[in-house]
Amino acid sequence: MAVASSDTAIRTSRMTRAFIYLFLLLFALFYLLPFGIMLVNSLKPLSEITGGNMIALPRDWTIEPWLSAWSTAQIGVEPTGLRPYFMNSLMMAIPAVLLSTVVGALNGYVLTKWRFRGDTIIFGMLLFSCFIPFQIVLIPMARILGILQIAGTTPGLILVHFVYGIGFTTLYFRNYYAAFPTELVRAAQIDGAGFFQIFWRIMLPSSGPIIAVSFIWQFTNIWNDFLFGASFASGDAAPMTVALNNLVNSSTGVREYNVHFAGAIMAAAPTLLVYIVAGRYFVRGLMAGSVKG
Amino acid sequence: MGFLDIDNVTKSYGAVEVLHRVDISVEEGEFLVLVGPSGCGKSTLLNMIAGLEGITSGEIKIKDRVMNGVHPSKRNIAMVFQSYALYPNMTVGQNITFGLEMHGTPKEERDKAMKEVAQLLQIEPLLTRKPGQLSGGQRQRVAMGRALVRNPDVFLFDEPLSNLDAKLRVDMRTEIKKLHQRLGTTIVYVTHDQIEAMTLSTRIAVMYNGYVQQLGTPKEIYDNPANLFVATFMGSPAMNVLPAKLEDRNGALHAVLTGADGQEIALRMENAPAAYQSYKGSEVMLGIRPEAITDPEGADRNARNIQGLTNGVTVTEPAGADTFVTMTLSGKDCIARMRADADVHAGQPFEFAVNMDKAVLFDPKTEERIG
Repeated sequence: MAVASSDTAIRTSRMTRAFIYLFLLLFALFYLLPFGIMLVNSLKPLSEITGGNMIALPRDWTIEPWLSAWSTAQIGVEPTGLRPYFMNSLMMAIPAVLLSTVVGALNGYVLTKWRFRGDTIIFGMLLFSCFIPFQIVLIPMARILGILQIAGTTPGLILVHFVYGIGFTTLYFRNYYAAFPTELVRAAQIDGAGFFQIFWRIMLPSSGPIIAVSFIWQFTNIWNDFLFGASFASGDAAPMTVALNNLVNSSTGVREYNVHFAGAIMAAAPTLLVYIVAGRYFVRGLMAGSVKG
Repeated sequence: MGFLDIDNVTKSYGAVEVLHRVDISVEEGEFLVLVGPSGCGKSTLLNMIAGLEGITSGEIKIKDRVMNGVHPSKRNIAMVFQSYALYPNMTVGQNITFGLEMHGTPKEERDKAMKEVAQLLQIEPLLTRKPGQLSGGQRQRVAMGRALVRNPDVFLFDEPLSNLDAKLRVDMRTEIKKLHQRLGTTIVYVTHDQIEAMTLSTRIAVMYNGYVQQLGTPKEIYDNPANLFVATFMGSPAMNVLPAKLEDRNGALHAVLTGADGQEIALRMENAPAAYQSYKGSEVMLGIRPEAITDPEGADRNARNIQGLTNGVTVTEPAGADTFVTMTLSGKDCIARMRADADVHAGQPFEFAVNMDKAVLFDPKTEERIG
């Protein structure tokens, strides 16, 4: 992996360098500002926010808004907090991510190493599914979920996200495996390994970077999805994004901005965490094949 | 009936036939090399023996068992690939025993077999390493270990040395030959390098355009090439091929050439095959290997028909052990291979000695050997 190192970077004087860093630092601060304000306001009592200054640090530090958002805030009509919906989102996202990644990997494996007549057409059709707007499938999907009797449930959402994810994961794995030496598959065939043995023992162990890409991409999309969540899983089965909306749009009582900020950070936290944990593989996976070594 | 029989085998992709009626019978313990330029069909043939490619027509038999349609793992063959194809996620030890594991061999037997092979190839210290931590030569050994451990009927090698640097390639070549002599296994080996073919094989199949051009021992191929392609492909530097006129002078056949200054050069042929007579008075291609043209002192003492030839020297290339001398004959560059200390100088005329015992003639139209 070629990373810009000191000997390939353009040589600059100390002054220029200091200026560049200062500039970058300012940009970093600028991008972090919204998150900073959310964090700051989630840690102060409501009176300090309504008092007028949103940028100032809290005078009274408190985690009360966080506790409230998590377990007692009014979501729609029930005072349950976001916790059950957070769990809903996890129950939805984790199986959907795993399923779509495994199926994408299998598709990629078949489309590159077990080629058959018309495989490029199949791949083209799968690729096309990446570009179908969500809105188009809403009504047919509702019909299918109804037939399967999983409308309005978490398994229903899992199915929707799993199916929608296959196009992307297939694209990732197909491109990754296209650069994977076919001689390895042939050697394994001569060694007596079957279709799935080759997949589990040879292909998957060498797919770390692209699995990370698939995980991050799928998890971020599924976790952040609002449209499918709002359309197919109302009430108790709603995912985090829908619940957050219900929290913020509650029409009764005072608008508790500090609680809203805390809830929003909770909703964003898992995707941030996934990126921090697997992010370094993300770039590596996206670059795979483009540069040798 | 041989040990490995390739009977009238062809291969087509759609309407295009890429391999035409190949017929080779390999005896047990033979080292058969398939040699030819890129795209001649040699790798396709090897993959068909391995079962990685289907057979369009004809039969491939190993130990009299027809292999058409049999899965690669059930043919009792092992293959060494050009890229070595070591599984990157497994250690050397796991790489070597993967095939045994897939065939359900118990763990103790696998470990025993692995130790034996590791000892034979001197890779014992590497067994716990990953392929990524090995050098090219070590990977090559591991790839051979993986093939050896299964004790197969036939070994298939697909250009196994072409990824190594020149020095290592020569060492590994010797190593493979030693291994073959020691184990007496049957090997089919694909290469585009004619020196590998000459040094390793007990028999060579020279392939071109999907046809086996000639099948024979290295000596037969080298001394009696069946056609112009085989003659020029095998040997380095390549055989000199010169347009000449066959004429009868004083009752003996002569090949008549033109020297660098337009002078006529007639080389007498002795013990000419009867077939030469019908070409009397017509154009032929005279093929003569560089080592058959020397200085008079360096000429082969056992040769019966050495002909003198005086011609201008264009270039001399001292290569250490030999000196290569280039002259112009019948409008073509002609290379002679001489002793290192032969007294030859560019730009001066020189008295060459041509060993006409080794000369061969080709038909200029069909490019087939005459006689």
